[in-house]
Amino acid sequence: MALPKQTFDAVIVGGGGSGLRAALQLSEAGHHVAVFSKVFPTRSHTVAAQGGIGASLGNMQEDHWLWHMYDTIKGSDYLGDQDAIEFMCRKAAEVVYELEHFGMPFDRNADGTIYQRPFGGHSQNFGERPVQRACAAADRTGHAMLHTLYQRNVRARCQFFVEWMALDLIRDHEGAVVGLIALEMETGQVVIFQTKSVILATGGAGRIFQSSTNAFINTGDGLGIAARAGIPLEDMEFWQFHPTGVAGAGVLITEGVRGEGGILLNAQGERFMERYAPTMKDLASRDVVSRAMDQEIKEGRGVGHEKDHVLLKLDHLGAEVIQKRLPGIREIALKFANVDPIREPIPVVPTCHYQMGGIPTNYYGQVVVPRGDNPAEPVPGLYAIGECACVSVHGANRLGTNSLLDLLVFGKSAGDHLSQWLKGNPQQRDLPKDAADRTLARLDRLNQATTGENVAEVGLDMRRAVQQHAGVFRTGQLLSEGIDKIRVIAERARHTAIQDKSQVFNTARIEALELENLVIVAEATLVSAEARTESRGAQARDDFKERDDRNWLKHSLWSMEGSRLHYKPVNLQPLTVESFEPKVRVY
Amino acid sequence: MTGDDRAQERLRWRSRRGLLEMDLILQRFMARHLAALEGDDLIVYDRLLDLPDNDFLDLAMGRSEPEDPAWRPLLQKIRES
Ligand SMILES: Cc1cc2nc3c(=O)[nH]c(=O)nc-3n(C[C@H](O)[C@H](O)[C@H](O)COP(=O)(O)OP(=O)(O)OC[C@H]3O[C@@H](n4cnc5c(N)ncnc54)[C@H](O)[C@@H]3O)c2cc1C
Repeated sequence: MALPKQTFDAVIVGGGGSGLRAALQLSEAGHHVAVFSKVFPTRSHTVAAQGGIGASLGNMQEDHWLWHMYDTIKGSDYLGDQDAIEFMCRKAAEVVYELEHFGMPFDRNADGTIYQRPFGGHSQNFGERPVQRACAAADRTGHAMLHTLYQRNVRARCQFFVEWMALDLIRDHEGAVVGLIALEMETGQVVIFQTKSVILATGGAGRIFQSSTNAFINTGDGLGIAARAGIPLEDMEFWQFHPTGVAGAGVLITEGVRGEGGILLNAQGERFMERYAPTMKDLASRDVVSRAMDQEIKEGRGVGHEKDHVLLKLDHLGAEVIQKRLPGIREIALKFANVDPIREPIPVVPTCHYQMGGIPTNYYGQVVVPRGDNPAEPVPGLYAIGECACVSVHGANRLGTNSLLDLLVFGKSAGDHLSQWLKGNPQQRDLPKDAADRTLARLDRLNQATTGENVAEVGLDMRRAVQQHAGVFRTGQLLSEGIDKIRVIAERARHTAIQDKSQVFNTARIEALELENLVIVAEATLVSAEARTESRGAQARDDFKERDDRNWLKHSLWSMEGSRLHYKPVNLQPLTVESFEPKVRVY
Repeated sequence: MTGDDRAQERLRWRSRRGLLEMDLILQRFMARHLAALEGDDLIVYDRLLDLPDNDFLDLAMGRSEPEDPAWRPLLQKIRES
């Protein structure tokens, strides 16, 4: 089978914040780099980020990277690797100033320094009092970051392959990554890219949940690509939820609404938060509210035909307050829930927001896998960065604004490390003869199949199953039932058929291929969550309510082959400072 | 498949956005109108899809108006979706 072939030093899959940051480092060092993206790079999901980038610049009050490090470790519920966290927090100021230098339009103080916003979980002096640490560009931080980095890459003559879908890695007999197989959407052409290295930067997989704040493009392709190539996925049980996404849409309603007096009601019209949090009620912390909402739904007190959401009531605040103080919320409710909150409550549901787990890496971005006695041996030629990677700096729960920081720090770090590595490894390795066979077989099947499962239906069943069985409120029984369901769904996903057989912009085919990746992520999530018999960070098990450091202070590693789990220790040893010992997490 | 079909399919893919809000709005718009789009409307839609997501969202939510009045009729359909 003679597929066309092209050759590069480095191939980066993903043109979001992390991929662009790594590409810049490599292009400016003179390497021959290709960046692949399913969509135009500046329309990557990073564009959605508004809140800001965390860095202890100390422009507002005194701040220190060590305090940021403490907040991150505590936020992670002690599952974060402390070497990587120290690395990230120490580099934060540097990467923010670099971005400023590249032309990022940060908000400013009167004295010209970067203005920093307050954000939950950021503290001074190890939890003593809040500190302003988030650097933002109005409410378009992600947008500004993408545009700044994209322009800079164009200047550095980085080569972009836009509207291409990466399908699979090519590894040689020693396990080294030597190539990538990708599909050009405009022509349907499949091309082999022979390369000395691949960086996966494909973003999160939040679309495994029925209710998700993620754009449709977040289908976890990088995770599917890695898993099919024999790479395990780390800590996939940990997903961050936001309590109030619009039911059926996912669009976020900010916490501010409950701050203004909005209250949550179940099907009986009961203000149920009074039972779960008698003092704070509707203003309890995100995880408490999310869990209560999910429990109400699970126990049959949900609202609607499917009893699958609760209501956020605002009308008692009066039209004037709503119009004056919450205009954006009214706009969202009208557009995406088809209700006017001045008269009717908004249907809301806990909504998946961020993926903490991913492809296991060290803080150079190298993908690491267990081998013999070594729990973390680098895979030659393979890197992963951004939301698809698990370094792990977020552990069991991400601190707000640390994700954009993660993109910059580890994008740059991976670029630097790879640049060095390329100097010592100047040769292309040979491609195995059967390099593309398995990928072509997958595509052939889809081309040939005349009858089979409907992609949209299987996708919907998958998202429902994950929402229902691996949502905020988890029990062993729910999770093991979910595993059975997802296995049936995964089998169906292998037997899809599409009507459109065209080679040109065949969206149906792309969606069938994305679904194959999504079901891998869904299975990894359910299996990892079922096995972890404790509550930690974003994983809340109703049958194991406490954190269990004696048995579970370790990272899960899920392998696709046989759907097996193994574990590796958390790195509690920072680079230069003393270890932060696990403590009970109270805010 | 005809050429117009493929032009529509190209637009269908390019309606995948970075912002969930835009995905939802355009999904509804396409379900109602994509099959019937032709001629200039195809070109205008393509132009709108070239906009940065945030600018497109502002237009779609009616927070801003297009510079080119020729965009109005199609934009109106998007706003009503
Ligand atoms: C609504 C919202 C608000 C947020 N706000 C903040 C915030 O204020 N601060 C913060 O720190 N974090 C925030 N986050 C999280 C943060 O935005 C994301 O974690 C981060 O942007 C992910 O960046 P990335 O580079 O990993 O991937 P993305 O930006 O998602 O980019 C992924 C790239 O991979 C490409 N790709 C994927 N699959 C393939 C394939 N098969 N072939 C080719 N290309 C592919 C895509 O085209 C895209 O270019 C927010 C998230 C959401 C949803």
